[in-house]
Amino acid sequence: MTAVADVIAAVCLLAGAALCLTAGLGLVRFPDVLSRMHAGTKPQVLGVLLVMVGAAIRLEGWANAWMLLLVAAFQLLTAPVSAHLISRVAYRRRHVRRDLLLVDEYGGGGHEDLRHHGDEPGDAPPRPDSAGPR
Amino acid sequence: MTALDVALYLLIGGGALLALVRLARGPSLLDRVVATDTLLVIISAGLAVHAALQRDPTLVPVLVVVALLAFVGSVSVARYVGGMLLRSATGDGRDLGLPVAAEQREDGS
Repeated sequence: MTAVADVIAAVCLLAGAALCLTAGLGLVRFPDVLSRMHAGTKPQVLGVLLVMVGAAIRLEGWANAWMLLLVAAFQLLTAPVSAHLISRVAYRRRHVRRDLLLVDEYGGGGHEDLRHHGDEPGDAPPRPDSAGPR
Repeated sequence: MTALDVALYLLIGGGALLALVRLARGPSLLDRVVATDTLLVIISAGLAVHAALQRDPTLVPVLVVVALLAFVGSVSVARYVGGMLLRSATGDGRDLGLPVAAEQREDGS
């Protein structure tokens, strides 16, 4: 029984570690912030989950398993938030290779007034529906 | 050290080194934020792998701290970049720390 559990844990750990390596490769080789983020967030969710499952199997004990589950839950909650923030700022601040985009629903199309909505720079033009600086 | 240990540490160490390469080369602040985020995740995966291989639960609380710190760091730097000024003396924002527009960069870094 422990041999089977060890094999399952080893497979989980190996898959998670392989995802870490692919994240590094993608970070070095991809052309802009969005595609680098696509590569870099692979271990943030799936890699961390696999490694936590492997560690929970190996560590044998509910106290450790709950704490590893807490780490996985934190990752699942926080990864989308930070990815959303970084990609929004990256798009607005010219970090995106617009010539590589296939669909660019945010650019053009009369949405220029919403371009800085949410995280305004210090000297952004005032929003049409707001009265003065916030 | 079994072959499994060596393989795991090589995979994770290789990923961490490549993330460090991106962290050093930039070119922009957000590239470094993404690389730091990934590096912290890889570090926490390495800590978990070490704990699993040694059957040593001492490092497990550190994982919780690292997971929370990575989030706070990347979000605060992203907000900071979002608040940078738009207009600048040179007209293209380079004196404010903004990079050249990504599609105009020639070396493809």
